[in-house]
Amino acid sequence: MLDLTPAEWTAVALSLRIAVVATACALPFGIVIGWLLARTNFWGKSVLDAIVFLPLVMPPVVTGYLLLIWFGRKAPIGAFFDTHFGIVFSFRWTGAALACGIMGFPLMVRPIRLALEAIDRKLEDAAATLGANRPWVFLTVTLPLALPGIIAGVVLCFARALGEFGATITFVSNIPGETQTISTLIYTLTQVPGGDAAAGRLVLIAIVLAFAALLASEWLARRASIRFHGE
Amino acid sequence: MLAVDVEKQLGALKLDVRFDAAPGVTALFGPSGAGKTSVVNMIAGLLTPDRGSIVIDDTVLFDAARGIDVPPHRRRIGYVFQDGRLFPHLSVRQNLDYGRRMSGRPRQAKEFEGVVALLDIGHLLDRRPRMLSGGERQRIAVGRALLMGPRLLLLDEPLASLDAAHKREILPYLVRLRDDGKIPMVYVSHTVAEVRRIATTVVRLNAGKVVAADGLDLLSDADIDGLD
Repeated sequence: MLDLTPAEWTAVALSLRIAVVATACALPFGIVIGWLLARTNFWGKSVLDAIVFLPLVMPPVVTGYLLLIWFGRKAPIGAFFDTHFGIVFSFRWTGAALACGIMGFPLMVRPIRLALEAIDRKLEDAAATLGANRPWVFLTVTLPLALPGIIAGVVLCFARALGEFGATITFVSNIPGETQTISTLIYTLTQVPGGDAAAGRLVLIAIVLAFAALLASEWLARRASIRFHGE
Repeated sequence: MLAVDVEKQLGALKLDVRFDAAPGVTALFGPSGAGKTSVVNMIAGLLTPDRGSIVIDDTVLFDAARGIDVPPHRRRIGYVFQDGRLFPHLSVRQNLDYGRRMSGRPRQAKEFEGVVALLDIGHLLDRRPRMLSGGERQRIAVGRALLMGPRLLLLDEPLASLDAAHKREILPYLVRLRDDGKIPMVYVSHTVAEVRRIATTVVRLNAGKVVAADGLDLLSDADIDGLD
């Protein structure tokens, strides 16, 4: 059953790489934005909140199109990344990771924000009286206590990134070996005669990966929760 | 020597408190809502007074007129909270070690063992806070505050969340600490029996004002009827 062709293996490996990179790059931003939304009040906070959640409610093809006109090689942000960091997004796997990271971002921010809101601020006060400055309070108290929420956010973002289709195909197309992921390959296979068996195999893999991600998050969250709260 | 002279508007309560705490144990005594916890929070730096100053020995911790407000993490004042506030994600040993680690002081086995012996907590070191009884938790909280090397120890109703048996369990440790005489303490309580047992000076608060400050004889028998 799982006799994958090299092209299919390539798509699976590429999907995993894209999802991992997208999630890893999104995480620091997710923690910062989650913290801003949970802990601070500033002018324009509701606008930031809305922008973060926009990819969740907009048609993915719109997100992909916006990425195309902002992050294309000649586009303002895309050109900046190209000249300063040597990173090209358009029609590269890096662009797929960018699209997937943005699509998964709202799902990552929400549980992190909720976890930060749920932390007993009195514990942070206690840490301060014990000599911890604010960065240390954050690293040694806030972050560990928010860990279950951070794990949940990571897994949701990863799962979303793994299955992303609309924004990816709009922004970086569907190039075998470069931007062709499980999702876009399944789409390709359903467009050609006799592609059903191969599509079926990939569908199965997609289900297994999604399931594994959920089980892993359950397990990690329970472990963290037992460690901290004993329940 | 601690000199407190602070004012702060807290909702309907106007806090206007002035007192000096000599070495030993100064009890902040008064009914609930008198502003006792707010006063110790200001000494710790967790609450900013509207006006006034807080000076300990020769160090100015707060002075509104001069714009001085030392942040809590640089005040080196140990604080034992009413609800313990142990870090749930750390073991007892890590909780005890937290203050030393954060101030970057080297590990001193002698000091650690001394505090562990004083509070009888050697058998609890590898446990998590959630597996401790209320009395054990407060002893750890006292130990954690002591091990940061404080110049002053604040105790905010450290026994209030404990039942009578656990109160009796922990008071002797605090008395021992007082008789050690190394660290001055400010002890918040609304319970006469506790204050009688532990305090050397009493500062009596009511509705945000100091109504009297003196020795233990300040506590009349009438207090006992009304409280505890």
